[in-house]
Amino acid sequence: MSSASQFKSRAAEKAGDLRHRSVIRTALRSYEVVRDKRKAAFQSWESARQAAAETKWEAINHLDEHLVALTSKLEARGTKVHWASNGAQAREIIAQILRDKKARSIIKSKAMTSEEIHLNHALEKEGFSVVESDLGEFIVQLRHEPPYHIVFPSMHLTRGEIKDLFQKELGDAPSDSPEELTMVARRVMRQKYITADVGFTGGNFAIAETGMISITENEGNARLTAALPKTMITLMGIEKVLPRFSDLALFLPMLATAGAGQPMTCYNTMYSGPRQPGECDGPEEWHVVLLDNRRTELLADAEQRDALHCIRCGACLNVCPIFRNVGGHTYGTTYSGPVGAVITPHLRGLQEWKHLSNASSLCGACTEACPVKIDLHHHLLQNRRNASAGQPAFFEKLAYKIFGIVANEPAFWSLAKKIGWLTQPLQSLVKGTALDPAKAWTKTRDLPPQPRESFKDWWSKRMKAE
Amino acid sequence: MKKAKTILSERENILGRIREALKVSAPLPGSHGDPSVHAPAEPPASHAREWLPSVGASAEEQFALFAKNAADLKADFQLLASRDELKAALLKISTAGKWSRVASHGGELTDFACKSLGLPVTLTDCGYDVQEMETCDAGITECDALIAQTGGVAVTNRSAGGRALSVLPPHHVVIARREQLVADLPATFELLQKKYAPDYPSMISFITGPSRTGDIERILVLGAHGPKKLTVLCF
Repeated sequence: MSSASQFKSRAAEKAGDLRHRSVIRTALRSYEVVRDKRKAAFQSWESARQAAAETKWEAINHLDEHLVALTSKLEARGTKVHWASNGAQAREIIAQILRDKKARSIIKSKAMTSEEIHLNHALEKEGFSVVESDLGEFIVQLRHEPPYHIVFPSMHLTRGEIKDLFQKELGDAPSDSPEELTMVARRVMRQKYITADVGFTGGNFAIAETGMISITENEGNARLTAALPKTMITLMGIEKVLPRFSDLALFLPMLATAGAGQPMTCYNTMYSGPRQPGECDGPEEWHVVLLDNRRTELLADAEQRDALHCIRCGACLNVCPIFRNVGGHTYGTTYSGPVGAVITPHLRGLQEWKHLSNASSLCGACTEACPVKIDLHHHLLQNRRNASAGQPAFFEKLAYKIFGIVANEPAFWSLAKKIGWLTQPLQSLVKGTALDPAKAWTKTRDLPPQPRESFKDWWSKRMKAE
Repeated sequence: MKKAKTILSERENILGRIREALKVSAPLPGSHGDPSVHAPAEPPASHAREWLPSVGASAEEQFALFAKNAADLKADFQLLASRDELKAALLKISTAGKWSRVASHGGELTDFACKSLGLPVTLTDCGYDVQEMETCDAGITECDALIAQTGGVAVTNRSAGGRALSVLPPHHVVIARREQLVADLPATFELLQKKYAPDYPSMISFITGPSRTGDIERILVLGAHGPKKLTVLCF
């Protein structure tokens, strides 16, 4: 099945799933309330957005200089930096580190880039044991599912479902209280931090000025992952750079506010190297893997380059009426929602993923919500334009050509109106079935009845009468 | 040898593609494609202080704000008048939590705290046994700053006994002096820069409340993987 027809069938199924809709709405309603409260606490959220957009513009439009500065600073303190042009290279680099270290077990904190390159699957195939430590990621890993949302991986599940899952997979689920279920995961994970050979993390920001990688999290799992295992691996997209250390004073609270309606995420931690001389703990080795994976193709599109400003807060998903109805798994992409619809065609091919650009009402809620002011809904339009320029749809073109001829010729137009009026009763017989030429539209909607007399006819009759 | 070569060339490949891509410039945000709009001369985020949540000017206002923010985060903040009060507060927490062993690091404030408690202590300064730290009831650390704007603390592995001490034990107790309160995030970054640059500790962490998760039905649960409790004792 093509990714477009898969999207359509999943979307139809999810949009009609009332239980799913109520779970998502409940989760996101509380998000909106707290986010608005936090935004209001800013003296000027709008000025902060503009400055964040300009800072990211500066970072992305001098990306080469910033990456050189970042990596030379990291290397100067003993960090090993690796560059991967694509997912296969990144997977091989990481697997090679694990083989070199004779590692068996990996404890992982949340990283969307690892989802992007399907890292867990590749490592498990090689016999490594990989455990996701973020609670939401741990839950979806137990279900053998990709994360539902880039920030809230398990928001589609109820506590009852999670209790049943823990009972089945871990044999430990005292009740369905979120508190007790969280404590089950805490118990499971405790020894894993201590015994794991390798700790794996993603990165939220990379600071060119000081050679640091900043990791944002609420649970403390990334802190432990970066503290206890002897080897640490960090996988990060090349677009994560910020020019200056002090830029974080703006970005950390903005990410927290836009992402989860928090003033600050619980732990924001900047790492600038493995354990240094005189330090009492931390990994002996730190490997940083920088991933391109077609980000440079998006960079080459100056019109949509700002999509690389994305800080993966998930705000555009949360406000998107499409996301809220069809859900995160429907997209079939690593990054879902509006930003996923914008960047996936660049990362995975425009023609195959152009349908995502149409999964939008172009309401602009995403653009409004974006803390770094990415022009998301215009980029969806641009993707539509580029897709049809690259591969025009024959029937669509033909239809518009005929429409153009008919609409330009009053005689044809009034003939068409008459035919429409005469044939419309027939349409109701086939409405929504395979025989209906407009079934994609009429399956769930009624065509307004064509009036017997058009305004034009009425007007000319009236003029004659005078 | 071959491996080293491919790694080097991937770096050059990626940087080459970036340079090629950047030959076409992208419009500045908000310029609406007008090429006469130039990037500002100063860093765009340098006025962050004027946009972030406001902080009062006086120390009283800032302490009040810190207390309010800490309470919102479900952290326990106690502003104490003297070392005697500090000692009493520590003993009270210790008794309430039935502590039998704590982990800490060497430091003027932490030494005083450990002495006051009189419990066995796992010190991290010269390396430590992780399993032993895991059994400790609390991790007691110093910090670099208390941040009024967020109600959180800034620690580094140099100021707070390493990377694990502030997250592994189930209760994190921060001992701070009043002078360590800073107004906002920009001031915290200035302080860290002044104190450490260019030789930064390999870990700097902003801890804003006890560990938490909302991954089950977006309901707040404290103590996901890190400490369930965070206490800030300031005198």
